[in-house]
Amino acid sequence: MLYSVIGHYSLILGLCFGLILVYLSIKNFQNSKILNSKILSFTFLQFFFVVISFLCLVLSFILSDFSNETVFNNSHSTNPLLYKITGTWGNHEGSLLLWLFVLTLFILIFLIKTKNQPIRYKILTLIFQQIIIIGFFVFLIKTSNPFNYLYPIPKEGLGLNPILQDPALAIHPPILYLGYVGSSIIFSSALAATTLNMVSKKWASHVKKWVLISWFFLTIGILLGSIWAYYELGWGGFWFWDPVENVSLMPWLALTTLLHCILVLEKRLILTSWVIILSISTFTLSMCGTFLVRSGILNSVHTFANDPERGLFILIFLFSLIFISLFIFFFFHKTNNNNLSNLFWLSKETSIVINNWFMMYFLSVVLIGTIYPIFLDVLSAQKISVGPPFYHKLIIPFLIPFLLFMTIGPKLKWIKSNLDDKIYLITLLITSILLSLLIVKNFDSGFLINTILISSAFYLFFITLRDFFTKKYTNISQNIAHFGFSLLILSILFNNLFSTEIITNLKVGQTFESSKTKIIFESIDQKKEKNYKSIIGNFSIQNLQGKLENLSPELRIYNQPNIVTSEADIKTTFISDKFIVINLVPNQDYFNVRYQVKPFMLWIWLSVVLISVGGLMSFFRKEYEK
Amino acid sequence: MKVLKLFFIIFIIFSFNHLNANNDDVKSKITKNLRCLICQGQSIYDSDSEFAHSLKVLVDKKLEEGFSEKQIYDYFKDKYGEWILYDPELNKNTYILWLLPLLIFLIGGAIISKGFIIKK
Amino acid sequence: MKNKLLLLSLTSIFIIFFIIFYKSLQETNIYTPDEKINNEIPSFKVQLFYSNNVVNSSEIFNLDKFYLLNIWSSWCVPCRQEHPLLMDLMKNKKIKIIGINYKDTKKKAENFLLELGNPYDKIIFDKKGINAIELGAYGVPESFFIHNGKILKKIIGPLNKESIKEIKLLIK
Repeated sequence: MLYSVIGHYSLILGLCFGLILVYLSIKNFQNSKILNSKILSFTFLQFFFVVISFLCLVLSFILSDFSNETVFNNSHSTNPLLYKITGTWGNHEGSLLLWLFVLTLFILIFLIKTKNQPIRYKILTLIFQQIIIIGFFVFLIKTSNPFNYLYPIPKEGLGLNPILQDPALAIHPPILYLGYVGSSIIFSSALAATTLNMVSKKWASHVKKWVLISWFFLTIGILLGSIWAYYELGWGGFWFWDPVENVSLMPWLALTTLLHCILVLEKRLILTSWVIILSISTFTLSMCGTFLVRSGILNSVHTFANDPERGLFILIFLFSLIFISLFIFFFFHKTNNNNLSNLFWLSKETSIVINNWFMMYFLSVVLIGTIYPIFLDVLSAQKISVGPPFYHKLIIPFLIPFLLFMTIGPKLKWIKSNLDDKIYLITLLITSILLSLLIVKNFDSGFLINTILISSAFYLFFITLRDFFTKKYTNISQNIAHFGFSLLILSILFNNLFSTEIITNLKVGQTFESSKTKIIFESIDQKKEKNYKSIIGNFSIQNLQGKLENLSPELRIYNQPNIVTSEADIKTTFISDKFIVINLVPNQDYFNVRYQVKPFMLWIWLSVVLISVGGLMSFFRKEYEK
Repeated sequence: MKVLKLFFIIFIIFSFNHLNANNDDVKSKITKNLRCLICQGQSIYDSDSEFAHSLKVLVDKKLEEGFSEKQIYDYFKDKYGEWILYDPELNKNTYILWLLPLLIFLIGGAIISKGFIIKK
Repeated sequence: MKNKLLLLSLTSIFIIFFIIFYKSLQETNIYTPDEKINNEIPSFKVQLFYSNNVVNSSEIFNLDKFYLLNIWSSWCVPCRQEHPLLMDLMKNKKIKIIGINYKDTKKKAENFLLELGNPYDKIIFDKKGINAIELGAYGVPESFFIHNGKILKKIIGPLNKESIKEIKLLIK
């Protein structure tokens, strides 16, 4: 109870500091020889109080303080300690504290670490960031207070949703937020730079570090979410084009595009307007996503508890930010003579422009697919669903030219280029095509498109691989990242083509036999844990070669809330995953068994790691690329 | 370098000796396209709810009766409305949905080529 | 000049977006499916519970009478809660209650009725749950208010006092 009080007042203090900071900053802006030292201290204090508030909530969870409404709604005394802690951010109010944490942390680091930039720029960035921070403080305190007091104090909590009781929950939200919320600093600094008309090569180098940090964490965050879904949700998929997944993908697409543009801006003073627009759009998409997920508009496995009042607040907040950015862009941005006509058609700048073109197309597909049902529902009261088939049909055909451009683009020089290595380019192209033909010829569905798609992916794969080994790359981080991307596409394609599945109903002791596999339902064990009981099925799977594998999927019956979850047993190797899941069939004495063989799953995860490593390497490089 | 490439190719071909024979292809395709209406964002292929089970049984029955894929979709659309289908059909409600991204792509292309036509 | 025009059009687009999102907040977005009122009862084959005869669905419903078609199961917990209301409604001569026993075993279903009473004029035995889907149901419990061969109202979830009141008003 004491912690709730401390936490609550820390929030109020944080808000006050925000207001003071805006005031001080405006004053400092007018006579800005040096940065007022109070500004730095107050920024630190604001961060400090957010941390205190956050810790208070964590402590309330650990101590199972059910007088706190958030703890009551999301915890139970029999929850394991880890999930008491991680339950802090597994709900709407707690995750907003995480938002504030990242927002205040990033501006603090920004102020400390930014050297060699004008004082006025730092102050203005602070002001814009504070607008966002104050908005969130008000949102938190007024509509989503994590420290609401319940009286009479309940004896027990409602428990944490079992799907969230997983180690991945510990890290997925914080890491995702470092990327997602971290794009706020790019937003604020872009607005500041536009106002002061200092969008230049120097600014690009400076902001590139922030773009890389945000991008890195967002990539890993999305990866963790997919891994979590794969292991935890029991259906063997890792991406479902669910609205909440899309909502994290959209800032990622904008951020990746921005990253490429910053590279151009660093070298040549063109595309300045576009860089500003992308910087603004990334965070706007994050805010838009927050709105969609927390307002109750969307149906999804991931949505938080719905509350239209909160939705209204975020909506107004979001559009205020949009209007402020529009205003600043149109009134302060001076477009100098930096149009495209200065580019030679066969150059690296052009290939990055083309990359932008495709990325914006992909972004529009995801955006339209996600919000179109909402629009249609409001305008004509018709409900439709937009699911994976839509996204696949619109994205996959465009991936082919995209992959080809990704292969050729990095080989071009700045300003003007003629292609070297023509022989290698052509031989590897032919190799790729032949290889894909060999692989795809056994399937009759989608033969043509699969062949071309796999060929393009292989092409990128071989070219980047060859460049790596012959050290013919100009930029190693980009080489690794693009190689990772080709590996990702190839892994996903092969996983799709070669996955097999057997669905059958089995009683204990029964066997299922097909021409290639034998599934023996050996026995059942029962187990009792702290907050759930479990039924474990023991299976032996035998393949053609006679090799035996033992898999034990689990059914967990949680006590509070009373939910049954299915925990898959997955055996992972570099070649494939063997995935098995059982489900109760009501009123019957047999179980429904689903067994899948999924090739290359591990490579899907590893390729994303590889892509992020590329970005990370870029962050740590000191010297310019050639 | 070339030897490495050769090994790589052989390795891949050999790991795919266990090629699949997906005879449940059409059924999987259909059930992946049908939305589980009482779940939060799952197809009936993925879901294990009562509703999903019943629907799967019904899809089996209709396939046996000789319904085509489109006929099955129409049948369910009739009962539950358009939102049971994950693949939005191209009708007057969804023209914008399908065509707007393509339009954006073309506009992007136009902007870029306009920038280049001046100086090539 | 061109800039001002662009700014104006962008601002108007965003204002429109704002209005649309604002309106979408007003409706609660839970699974409120279209109610599909005034749909004809589809024609399909059903098996009767006690006699095991197979009849066509249209034969069960006479025109000019009111029917409440109720989907229930012995393993469905909310069904137990709504059952007393059905027992009460049974007393009203103007309406007949038809039951669909959903994905159940006969033994358990009979025990359920023995324990809580049988308000059903006829019971359809829907072992696989297919009949419910033919009607466009979502699950159990669910009830359909039928008259003149048309489904007038669909009640998803257990019946409560309000829905019974509504039904009683409609049959007057």
